[in-house]
Amino acid sequence: MLELLIASSIAAATPILYATLGEIITERSGILNLGVEGMMLVGALSGFALTSLTGSFIVGLLGAMICAALLSVIHALLSVTLRANQVVSGLGLTIFGIGVTSYFGKSMIGVPAPITLGKLKLPILSEIPFVGGAFFNHDPMIYLAVLLVPLCYFFLFRTRVGLHLRAVGDNPASGDMAGINVSAVRYWAIIVGGMFCGLGGAYISLVYTPFWTENMIAGRGWIAIALVIFATWDPRMALVGAFLFGGVDVLATRFQAFGIEIPSYFLRMLPYIFTIAILILTTAKRASRRGLPSMPAALAVPYEREN
Amino acid sequence: MRNVGVVAGGAILRGKITIERTSGSTPLGRFVMTLVSIAVALLTGLVFLEVLDFESLSVYRDMFAGAFFSGYGISETIVKAIPLMLCGLAVGFAAQIGLWNIGAEGQLYMGTFAASGTALFLLPDAPALITIPAMLIAAILAGALWGVVGVLPLVLWRVNEVITTLMLNYIAILWVDYLIYGPWRDPKYGFPLSTLFSDGACLPSLGTSRIHLGLLFALIAGGLVIILLRNTRWGYEIKAVGGNRRAAEYAGIPISRNLLLVMAISASFAGIAGMAEVSGICHRLQPGISPGYGYSGIIIAWLARLHPVGIAAMSVFFGGLLVGGYEMQAEGLPAGIVYMIQATILFFVLASEFFSRYRIRIMRGPK
Repeated sequence: MLELLIASSIAAATPILYATLGEIITERSGILNLGVEGMMLVGALSGFALTSLTGSFIVGLLGAMICAALLSVIHALLSVTLRANQVVSGLGLTIFGIGVTSYFGKSMIGVPAPITLGKLKLPILSEIPFVGGAFFNHDPMIYLAVLLVPLCYFFLFRTRVGLHLRAVGDNPASGDMAGINVSAVRYWAIIVGGMFCGLGGAYISLVYTPFWTENMIAGRGWIAIALVIFATWDPRMALVGAFLFGGVDVLATRFQAFGIEIPSYFLRMLPYIFTIAILILTTAKRASRRGLPSMPAALAVPYEREN
Repeated sequence: MRNVGVVAGGAILRGKITIERTSGSTPLGRFVMTLVSIAVALLTGLVFLEVLDFESLSVYRDMFAGAFFSGYGISETIVKAIPLMLCGLAVGFAAQIGLWNIGAEGQLYMGTFAASGTALFLLPDAPALITIPAMLIAAILAGALWGVVGVLPLVLWRVNEVITTLMLNYIAILWVDYLIYGPWRDPKYGFPLSTLFSDGACLPSLGTSRIHLGLLFALIAGGLVIILLRNTRWGYEIKAVGGNRRAAEYAGIPISRNLLLVMAISASFAGIAGMAEVSGICHRLQPGISPGYGYSGIIIAWLARLHPVGIAAMSVFFGGLLVGGYEMQAEGLPAGIVYMIQATILFFVLASEFFSRYRIRIMRGPK
């Protein structure tokens, strides 16, 4: 029972983990992108449609990444090049994503997913009793998501490009003076963030609930944005946050199994209530330890070079 | 004037093109910019439809004819403009003090809940003169409460209100769904609908059209915001806090109280929108009452630069888009295109602001 609960929490956490990692990369460069929900929707639909069209899972995933990235370019153009208000631009992105997917997705409603992604039992590890079933018997996209956590951490904190990205997010003017192309770094951070969101969306429509319905992301994009704050812009904490959330999500859907009679509507509120609670706890903790240097100092501030 | 090295698509072209900061544009300039942006966005939609092989011009013609060129179309456009304007005000008034109210959608749903509860259970048989004001007050209180819940974490712990108000939307919609599918469902039908309200709980409408008294609520709310902001000391304080929260704090303006109060008033507008929809249109509680009025309200408020008169005008335009969208559904175009057009307009307005804040100068030859 517990083994199954852990396994399904991990599956529930995966799409959010992709999106949270992507948004961490974007925000580390100093750009706030509130379009996560929209980009995930676009990834979900394009991944689903391309997989059914071509019969190839890989093409579907690549398509989801490219389409979500294309949407994110709108935000890059507006917020970096044209120095627009990032909150408004990101909200516009989400509304655009809702519209564009409801428009193109009409013919996809009710179509079953063409391919199911098989489980990949890790050799030896999956043999371990309990632990094997809970942690090492998953589909490849779950392993990829977990693998991306140390990769993102290494990229952000141990590579030159990652250093540049963080520099631009903390102090674009000095980054600029040090010869970093602020705009280029921010463009790429937004695009890579979009790709991650596309993957997260595609995971939902292809694996997690393998079909397409309108608005199927159901606020997970916003939860990811909240988790970025919870994670204090650190990929390792994103893993913790996503799994916490996955646990709540799974508990909410399986409450009845424990013999507790609560209408499902209240259980489905739990993830949103949990998100608000976790946000309050994180922010209050940060406020008490004044000035923890985790938040990119130039977040959501357009950069303008002054001569 | 300062020369700023130009960043065009990420490439730096020094000496050839410069971007200069201007003093910004006048209200008239911004108005023209908005009109131009709308035109460009619609033109983009035209190209988009043409690429997708639709008779784009006839689609547009049908859309606008459906929304604006017939008595029925105009009345339906105004019917949609009522909740849009109230939600636009709910976002716009909160934005005056620097709050992002992304929760108008949920506040609207709480309004439908409170108004329906009053009509169905509290005063099921009372005359309209008692029932309608009671429903209105209930919706105002419910909306305001939901707004305050969204902004309380900000006041107490500095939690960003964008995410809290947004999360509350999902919770409010699930709550209303629970009621319609559960305890409030009319046992006579198999559908998730509440019992029909008594006549005393329905807003009177204009002639044979569906335009209802909610229009007056929206106009009064708009007028109230104008007077508040322009003619009162409190309005001045609100704008001071919105301009620079910290400076206002040093000037002795109570920040927390003002934030909560402004949010409560803003959210009550969205609550009224919910009351007007159930009392004026549906006459019962049913699922999917709002096709996203709260989210459209964000775009409307921003396009109108938060001014109530602009919000009213934009609401009529967006109402027309919605009504025209239903026309397009008849042509085989799903209504999602309405949201695409709304977002595209927003993108072009955001882009146009750059060109009103900065001037691009192209110089020939080396400097």
